[in-house]
Amino acid sequence: MEEDDLWPLVTGFLALSLMSVGGGIAVLPEMHRMVVENHGWMDDLAFAKRYALAQAAPGPNIMVVGLIGWHVAGPVGMVAAMAAMCGPTSALAYGFARLRRRVAGARWMRVFERGMVPIAIGLIAASGLLLASGAAEGWLPIAISAASTLFVWRTRRSPLWVLVVGAALGGVFLR
Amino acid sequence: MTEASARITPSRNQLFLAYLQIGLTSFGGVNAWARRFFVEKKGWLSEQEYAEALGIGQVLPGANALNTAIGIGTRFHGATGALACAAGLFAGPMILLAAVASLYDSYGQLPLVRAILTGIAAAAAGMVMGTAMKMATKLRPSLPLWAIGLTALAMAVLRVPMPYVLLALAPLGLLAAWHETR
Repeated sequence: MEEDDLWPLVTGFLALSLMSVGGGIAVLPEMHRMVVENHGWMDDLAFAKRYALAQAAPGPNIMVVGLIGWHVAGPVGMVAAMAAMCGPTSALAYGFARLRRRVAGARWMRVFERGMVPIAIGLIAASGLLLASGAAEGWLPIAISAASTLFVWRTRRSPLWVLVVGAALGGVFLR
Repeated sequence: MTEASARITPSRNQLFLAYLQIGLTSFGGVNAWARRFFVEKKGWLSEQEYAEALGIGQVLPGANALNTAIGIGTRFHGATGALACAAGLFAGPMILLAAVASLYDSYGQLPLVRAILTGIAAAAAGMVMGTAMKMATKLRPSLPLWAIGLTALAMAVLRVPMPYVLLALAPLGLLAAWHETR
């Protein structure tokens, strides 16, 4: 099974990487479609939990891709999925870094940023809704998601607090 | 645009170790930690220089934190600098998450672990939504761009495939932005 799943894993994340304008989170709905709906590698809740693990651990939250890869094809899957997701975009980032002086502050850069960022924000909001519905087993997880949204939006405190409180509430009330 | 000639250029080793430390301590998002390290703690980059690297990193496809690390590494030492930063950023979290993944395989189904993870998953989902709200509040987009962002949200919630979302909305977004940035 693992051999058969490695190739779709790599090609899937390659395709996703090129669409990931606005970063790794914006592409989560599409990742969900591939992982949960098209290939059935895991269910809704398992997907939301893997994202939660990547978010709770230090480091870039694109690491969720590595966790999915691990689930599908073990350690090889983890490395292959990360390489597919990050390889092509890294080459692009390197190319742009070489052109830095010409690129920085150019009008088309500002147009691109201004025009694309609202789309990215909409996609990120949709990712949050998707993850919340994956975790929504009853009213308590929904309440936790809502409170966490407000906390992160309206305060400047470390977002780590919501993860700690969520873990505690879950451990006590969701058993 | 003052090129900071007085600044110290970190070595490849220092860059690797810097990102290793950032990767292992950056709970809840790398960018804030990277800025603190490079600008405030070490003074290797000015505020403006970091913002520039981050801006390019966010506009390009791919993980913002990784793109920014590559930009910073390239600035100091070209391709090998970029490799040093990227390797440093991922080395720690990769090992840590491999451990987490194998623990999850063994213990993920225990009732207490399941319950705690569901709680964390709900909170993390809220973090993502809260981040989107915060970005929207800070950005204060014009009315047409608000409409485009909300349409992107609606299309994604209705499970329209992302290539179609981008094909439909990117031209509109760029057009609106073109008119606004004269």
